[in-house]
Amino acid sequence: MLDYLIRRLAGTIPVLLAVSAFVFLFVHLLPGDPARLVAGPDATQQDIAAVRADMGLDRPLIAQFLHYLGQTVQLHLGRSIKTHQTVAELIGERFMPTLLLTVFAMLWSVIVGVGIGVLSGVKRGRWQDQVSMVLAISGLSFPGFWLGLLLIDLFSVRLGWLPTGGYGTWQNFVLPAFTLGTAVAAVMARFTRSAFVEITAEDYVRTARAKGVPERGVVWKHTLRNALIPVITLTGLQFGFLLGGAIVVETVFAWPGLGRLLVDSVSYRDYPVIQAEILLFSCEFVLINLLVDLLYAVVNPEIRLR
Amino acid sequence: MSDLTLAAPALRSPSAEFWRRFRRKRVAVVSGCVLLLLILAAMVAPWIAPYGPATPDYENVLAGPSWQHLCGTDTFGRDILSRILWGGRISLTVGFVSVALGGLAGVTLGLISGFFGGLVDSLIMRLMDVLLAFPGILLAIGVVALLGPGMDNVIYAIAVFSVPVFARLVRGSTLALKQTLYVQAARSIGVRAPMLMLRHILPGTLPSVIVYCSLRVGTSILTAAALSFIGLGAPPPSPEWGAMLAEGRSYLGVADQITMFPGLAIFVTVLAFNLLGDGLRDALDQKLR
Repeated sequence: MLDYLIRRLAGTIPVLLAVSAFVFLFVHLLPGDPARLVAGPDATQQDIAAVRADMGLDRPLIAQFLHYLGQTVQLHLGRSIKTHQTVAELIGERFMPTLLLTVFAMLWSVIVGVGIGVLSGVKRGRWQDQVSMVLAISGLSFPGFWLGLLLIDLFSVRLGWLPTGGYGTWQNFVLPAFTLGTAVAAVMARFTRSAFVEITAEDYVRTARAKGVPERGVVWKHTLRNALIPVITLTGLQFGFLLGGAIVVETVFAWPGLGRLLVDSVSYRDYPVIQAEILLFSCEFVLINLLVDLLYAVVNPEIRLR
Repeated sequence: MSDLTLAAPALRSPSAEFWRRFRRKRVAVVSGCVLLLLILAAMVAPWIAPYGPATPDYENVLAGPSWQHLCGTDTFGRDILSRILWGGRISLTVGFVSVALGGLAGVTLGLISGFFGGLVDSLIMRLMDVLLAFPGILLAIGVVALLGPGMDNVIYAIAVFSVPVFARLVRGSTLALKQTLYVQAARSIGVRAPMLMLRHILPGTLPSVIVYCSLRVGTSILTAAALSFIGLGAPPPSPEWGAMLAEGRSYLGVADQITMFPGLAIFVTVLAFNLLGDGLRDALDQKLR
């Protein structure tokens, strides 16, 4: 296991490096003087000179990149063009709301999605399966922002039960977390069902049935446990989807998170913030996938040996 | 005579067999027909739309559905049905063009990667890993941040994040096809690499690519609408479906038709692409049934 851990960690470092290189090159790919872009439209000559010195734009690209890496590791991410706050501060303020939102969305969607998937797999071909799968493909095709608006219309505007947006109490979480999790629940349900159906065809499941293990035992012990292994991997991948979905859902519900910060920054061309956010989102995604892979190896010893 | 008819099914060509199985999937066939209708409607929108997409009617502002305006009107009194028809041109174009571009690049890279292997393969696949490390819409937002908002840039943005998926898919089938007897035979009589890839391997990878295209067009339309909704896609006067929803946000509970009908349009279109994709996949892969 330790061997696998080291190999997997070592494999992640080049990806993280390449991701940061992409993000670093981002500002350089833009037309115009990077220092002027980073300093903002209303910067004075002095500001631009300060930024240029800070970015070391007169040095070779590779030296600049190493400098950027060093600064990033120390969380020196520059200042926002719009608010002049440090980027680290801005992101720090917005981090918790997005984290909580994605965690709640993930929790309910995994539980409900896997539940529906198992129900479908057990009742394959019957009405429960058909209803579940119609729900799942609809959930997959539903635009999250429209769902959000429909929920606001019903629960906030018409019934007045829940707030239309904002952040603070648990009531604020209900609609955004539901909206964000829907597509993930749908994907989980479809995937769990097919994993379940595939395992049902295995010889050992048939053997268990043949030797008279009660149906409940076959479902829970023989099928479900094995079907859940690939589901773990999918959960990790869905986290990336959730991070992306959060950008849209936060816009719908005026959620003070990273997603809305990113959208505002793009509209304002606040490059230091955009750069830092893209780096943060991607690294988060890479690290979550690493965690998932490790978890997977714990559950399935076969992987470690490969 | 009866022996001959019994043996007939085994003689069906793979494509005939595929169509036979696909036709049995009623939902997928219906979805395909719905899509054809949607495409047709978008193509003839200038002739069938009852009003212009930007024609204001200040006497009929925020009107609910009526015989005059089947889907009602928006803040400027513009006819929502007409806007949806015109918007379909945008959404479907974005969906098809971005998937075509991303698919072309992805298939090419996957083919090269799988065929040559070695260093080329490692380089291309690591690059794809890096692209996959950016969650989908984030990559699109990055591209829009680079190139600026606008529908053309949205197409490029969405194309970029389709590339790695197609590359991986095609690389996988290329690796398998490279080992088949007919490719080995072609190679042994001296067929050159480009010909081997284009004539002998590429056709074998296409079925799964086509299935994936269908699912991908749906996702692309959804993403494009989302980008327009958050204000990074089509600018406001445009009848893009996501942009229409964004405009209707402030009128929830007052004039629900502004958000209801474009939302429904996105949902139906994406659902049809997904159902068609599911049907194609099941018809292609017997194991999944």
